[in-house]
Amino acid sequence: MKKEKSKSSAGVGQKILRSGVVSWIIIIAVWWLGSLAYDEYFLPSPTETASSMGTLIQNGVLGADILASFGRILKGWLLAAAVGIPLGLLVGNFKPVRWLVEPVLSFFRFVPAIALTTLFLMWFGVGEESKVALIFYASFFPIFVNTIAGVASVDKSLVEAASSMGAKKLHVFFTVVVPSAVSNIFTGVRLGLSSSITCVVAAEMLVGSDGLGYLINSSKLYYKTGWAFAGIVTLAVIGFAADRLLLVIGKHKLKHFGVK
Amino acid sequence: MYIELKNINKTFGDFKASDDVSFGIEKGKLIGLLGPSGSGKTTILRILAGLEKQDSGDIFIDGKNVNNLPANERGIGFVFQNYALFPFKTVYDNIAYGLKVQKKDKAFIKNRVSELLDLVGLPGLEKRYPDQLSGGQRQRIALARALAPEPELLLLDEPFAAIDAKVRKELRSWLRETIDKVGITSIFVTHDQDEAVEVADEIIITNKGRVEQAGNPVEIYLEPKTPFVAQFIGQSAIIENYGTLKGFTQTDSSNTAVIRPEFIEINKFEDNGVHQYESSMEDGIVDEVLFRGNAFEVKVKLNELYLTGKYDLSAPRLRRGDKVKILIKKLYTISGNQTDILLNKGLDTSDVYYI
Repeated sequence: MKKEKSKSSAGVGQKILRSGVVSWIIIIAVWWLGSLAYDEYFLPSPTETASSMGTLIQNGVLGADILASFGRILKGWLLAAAVGIPLGLLVGNFKPVRWLVEPVLSFFRFVPAIALTTLFLMWFGVGEESKVALIFYASFFPIFVNTIAGVASVDKSLVEAASSMGAKKLHVFFTVVVPSAVSNIFTGVRLGLSSSITCVVAAEMLVGSDGLGYLINSSKLYYKTGWAFAGIVTLAVIGFAADRLLLVIGKHKLKHFGVK
Repeated sequence: MYIELKNINKTFGDFKASDDVSFGIEKGKLIGLLGPSGSGKTTILRILAGLEKQDSGDIFIDGKNVNNLPANERGIGFVFQNYALFPFKTVYDNIAYGLKVQKKDKAFIKNRVSELLDLVGLPGLEKRYPDQLSGGQRQRIALARALAPEPELLLLDEPFAAIDAKVRKELRSWLRETIDKVGITSIFVTHDQDEAVEVADEIIITNKGRVEQAGNPVEIYLEPKTPFVAQFIGQSAIIENYGTLKGFTQTDSSNTAVIRPEFIEINKFEDNGVHQYESSMEDGIVDEVLFRGNAFEVKVKLNELYLTGKYDLSAPRLRRGDKVKILIKKLYTISGNQTDILLNKGLDTSDVYYI
């Protein structure tokens, strides 16, 4: 009896630990303790960050910046998906094309979008286009590469089963290959979203007059470290929420396509 | 012959998967392709289905050469070892796949799917996904899916390999019944001889890419044509120098022999016991006793030789280390590419029986 009890209580402990609540309490506690040692300009405390956030929400700055940043992300990311998925399906399905594309691809994958900022500014101007183009570049590769991988890793026996039942190649492609690649495509789309978020901040820090990146960068001009913290926390929360939302939708709607 | 393979050759790199394979199959027969793993049985199946192209040789189905017909035009149903059900489609859509390809109308498809689900004994599972089915159920759905477009020939690659032993036995007789009901010519691949013997009308034994022997199970069992078949079928022990055994004389042409479990008789050694063929018996020691339901399977050590035999449940119990008297009634001698039956001289006066 005693043994069982201790076992179940350990189970509860594990559950709490795994939920992440403890981790957050520790992080906030360390942050708060650290903030006691420094002044507000150097390291604002959690409460000071929260009050900065409150101010920014009240005067509408935070809302406007969120809209600006996520408007760009959505444009660039959706565009990348619209181009990356069909192109990836095509490239993945034809081995010679895949062999042609893959070596170059694995080279460009290592050129971070941020490194291209200056070039893109020159080519697309200082307006929206350059930022959206940058986000497109950043999220295109994960989507494209994962789509190709999805097509390449389709279970050969599924294709053979379809053709032994009389299906022609094109029919097999749409009814077997594409559905088989869905789970990889979904992973690509998720990774694309997270690199979009990274990228949008960098772009807005360099040029522009709104967005969360601009907020974080400009806060140094006014010695408002709390604003920078508010911007960073907002980014983390929204990014996390967007990814989770995507995952929940994926798990719910695409369960049978192998999305886990 | 309904299906005919003529001199099929296929190599993968250095590996000769099919070596001059020829055989014919009558319409409506259920054939077991039996052989150890790597013997090329799956390759034959895949070449027949058009999933692999032979390097040379001809395939005829119903008198028509199908060498250049791609898989999707051969009209052959294929059940894959891992079932290859579409995980993203429901049971209904899996079975309907081939019918949709044939552009059958909706009502027809609906009828056919429920007819097939009845046939495989799983009515009402239309809306399930493959991951919501057990191994045995998946197997049945895979069969239903392959049968849906009414193929001329059904091929099954190791249909029971992924199913646990308990369900396997039940599924074997079910498969036999189902195929009989549909009346379709079928070939299945297996490495399990019990399975082949139990399910198939005829067995084709493959080894190293070649066909060793084809025939009905009893014929193959009683008259193995090649040394490989002689030792592959049954729990055979292979021995050298069989002339040292009581009742046998080594022939000039052969020094290897095969002894099957049913060729030997094991008797518990009793000091005062007298056996009819005492002079023809060898002394042995029990090494292992396994209970096999209807009998014991006993492994005995005879000098340096291990033999396996059946032992009656009602006979005095045997334990490891017990002394036994072993009567070897006959053995297969192997010389070159030929096998002969040799009877124990103590049992018969005529020396050698040739088949």
